[in-house]
Amino acid sequence: MTAYIIRRLLYAIPIALGVSMVCFALVYIAPGDPLQTLLPEDASAETIEMVKKAYGFDKPIPVQYALWLGKVLTGDFGNSIASGRAVSEELFKALANTILLAAGAVAIAFSLAFAMGTVAGYWVGSKVDRFVTGVAVVGVSIPNYWLAIVLVIIFAVELNVLPATGMGPRGSDTFELLTWDHFRHVILPIFTLSMIPIGIITRTTRSCVAETLNQDFVETLRAKGLVESQVLLHVIRNSLPQVLAVMGLQFGYLMGGSILVETIFTWPGTGFLLNKAILTRDIPVLQGTILVLAMIFVATNLVIDLCQTAIDPRLKRS
Amino acid sequence: MRRLKTTVSAMSIMAALVMGPVQVSAESVLRVAMTAGDIPVTIGQPDQGFEGYRFVGYSLYDPLVLWDLAKGDTAADIKPGLATAWKIDPEDNKRWIVDLRKGVKWHDGCDFTAEDVIWNFDRISDDKAPQFHPKQFASIRNRTGNIEKIDVLDPYKVAFITKQPDSLFPYQLSYWFMISRCQLTKLGNDYEAYADAPSGTGPYKFDSIVPQERLELVKNEGYWDAARVPAHDRLVLIPMPEATTRAAALLSGQVDFVEAPSPDTIPRLESSGMNIVTAPYPHNWSYQLNFVDGNFKDKKVRQAANYAINREEMKALLGGYMLEGYTNIPPSTPYHGTPSVKYTYDPKKAAALLEEAGCKPCKITLAISTSGSGQMQPLSMNELVKSQLDAVGFETVLDVMDWNALLDVARPGRTKNPGIDGINISRALQDPFSALIRHVYSKQHAPAGSNWGHYSNAGVDALIDEIYTTFDPPARLAKLTELHEKMVEEAVMLWIAHDINPRALAPNVKGFVQAQSWFQDLTPITVE
Repeated sequence: MTAYIIRRLLYAIPIALGVSMVCFALVYIAPGDPLQTLLPEDASAETIEMVKKAYGFDKPIPVQYALWLGKVLTGDFGNSIASGRAVSEELFKALANTILLAAGAVAIAFSLAFAMGTVAGYWVGSKVDRFVTGVAVVGVSIPNYWLAIVLVIIFAVELNVLPATGMGPRGSDTFELLTWDHFRHVILPIFTLSMIPIGIITRTTRSCVAETLNQDFVETLRAKGLVESQVLLHVIRNSLPQVLAVMGLQFGYLMGGSILVETIFTWPGTGFLLNKAILTRDIPVLQGTILVLAMIFVATNLVIDLCQTAIDPRLKRS
Repeated sequence: MRRLKTTVSAMSIMAALVMGPVQVSAESVLRVAMTAGDIPVTIGQPDQGFEGYRFVGYSLYDPLVLWDLAKGDTAADIKPGLATAWKIDPEDNKRWIVDLRKGVKWHDGCDFTAEDVIWNFDRISDDKAPQFHPKQFASIRNRTGNIEKIDVLDPYKVAFITKQPDSLFPYQLSYWFMISRCQLTKLGNDYEAYADAPSGTGPYKFDSIVPQERLELVKNEGYWDAARVPAHDRLVLIPMPEATTRAAALLSGQVDFVEAPSPDTIPRLESSGMNIVTAPYPHNWSYQLNFVDGNFKDKKVRQAANYAINREEMKALLGGYMLEGYTNIPPSTPYHGTPSVKYTYDPKKAAALLEEAGCKPCKITLAISTSGSGQMQPLSMNELVKSQLDAVGFETVLDVMDWNALLDVARPGRTKNPGIDGINISRALQDPFSALIRHVYSKQHAPAGSNWGHYSNAGVDALIDEIYTTFDPPARLAKLTELHEKMVEEAVMLWIAHDINPRALAPNVKGFVQAQSWFQDLTPITVE
């Protein structure tokens, strides 16, 4: 297992390098000049040249990439063009805020969806199955930015029981999850973000459980006299690798933050940060954020792969 | 319906009981939801466009020349700020003598003197100076680029020597904020540290900042203009780029003052007792045209396009929240004048002009954005413009791009974009240079300036040269008026609308007067 882990970690290095190249190049391929946000519209050529030099945009792109990568390897993501603050400071603060939402959404979505999917898959075609499938379809189909607006209208505007925006009465610098005044700010964003994973994971679990139940080994287990709860445990274990793969993807998406949901709730996470950086062509922030999120995605997939292998040794052999 | 309301009320009461007592604060706090995606930088010249100037710049800092924002019935003009008076040297039309205000203290307690002006000039012009900041230099250079040097005449008097005569120079000073030499020096010229402890002379002092979330300012009891000491204790500025969120935050009581509610949320806000304030201001939703390539070279085609626009229909599209744009500047501007033509909707005349010009179908390509600063509702508005133009004989192609990409088209000018006949970029028209000169002066041909389409007219250039050397305000006003009238007659743009800048205020917010300006004075506001 140790050799397998080391091998997978080594595979992650070229992936990370590739990701860094792609994310560096992407922001240059997109139309728009980062200097647009710095310079007045009638800036002279002399001013433009001076600012380009000051921010290192006068160098060839491969040189800029090499310099950037060298700094990133030492943990220095540079400074935001817009705010002048260290990208790492802005990024990791935003990431912590997004993790708060992602963890909440993951806890709700994974537990609820797995339970509902298992029940529906075990009793395929029953009323319970139809109900759960309906919930899953609704979860997948409702655009979360629309749901966010509707929830705000109901709970913040009409009932005035939950806040419409923000991270707490005094902001995230004093955010205390266990204090109601703060906790109430996470309820709507977490509920909104959990809807799509609930739908997707429920459907995946349902189909995996139903498919596994039809396999020959289940009949063998029953023939051997195992009680139904033990049979179900075997079914779940055999379904888990596929479900885990989907959970991993969903966890990665949630960690990336949702630009739309975070913008609607003015939640200062990575989605909100990316939105701001895209609109202002803040290249250091864009590059740093995309790279870190991509690496989180790679790491999540690695962990999921390892979990799958632990559950199903056949994967290791293959 | 009644049952629903009762249920909702009961749920609200129950929820309120469950959620505990509401916090009561003796402090009077004004919470503002801005359209910006982040807190504007606090180190002097703000970013986030004029919204940064409006809420952060003029709150923390003062320029030498301020804007008079106390009145809502006329276009705002400049007034003394950290300078009490200014005059051109009778012997030298490139030397402005400026008297500085005495007795002004920075928020850190140091005195404001002429040395601060020199130090601030070095900060945005001399890349060898320890306080130099390239981004600050870049953001104000178009206003200060004409300054050759500044001489200190005494501790409270300086002389600005300009490279070219500029009768409009005091307007340029109104955008340049003075920051504290004491404070930045104390922090070792570290702007990152200064951003968390800025010091100006403005009506508000810095209290705290949480990047991406809020900036808190407190009133400066010792502000040099006693009439503008804030009537509230604390100002909280919150970035909230999504219009629906701003409306929801106001309705749920999380903020007291929101910028730019979208027109479709305004009836809901009004029905909940919110006050909607509007006023024309120097804003222009229009198209700058290409005068070198394509069909807009012909004045008849430009006039035809202006006659083809049914601005009443556009106003209906925006729920009434615009002013018809027949000219470059709103009619309340002092130098609007009385142009000899008015481009009221006349499709027959438009078609006839195209016929005369021999341009039928008259193919044009307009570069537009999906969103952006001051762009109002760009997609629906552009679709309507296209349909109105096509109805009289144009064949319009809309080249849609994102805001930054459109700026990429705008900056280099028509030379790099010969296939584009017009660009839809809203412009700030805050002062005579921004409102008129930069669009038509040949010295402002892009990329050197904002004359995107390279409009050239020897008569117009001569008139602008006269404006720059006319230091008598009434005489200069007459020439500015003549320039605007000429621009309208020449149809130098395709004009559609002037925004009226709606803002929504909670019922307990009193005392706000919306100035006809991009900038606003929040200091008289009380929060009851």
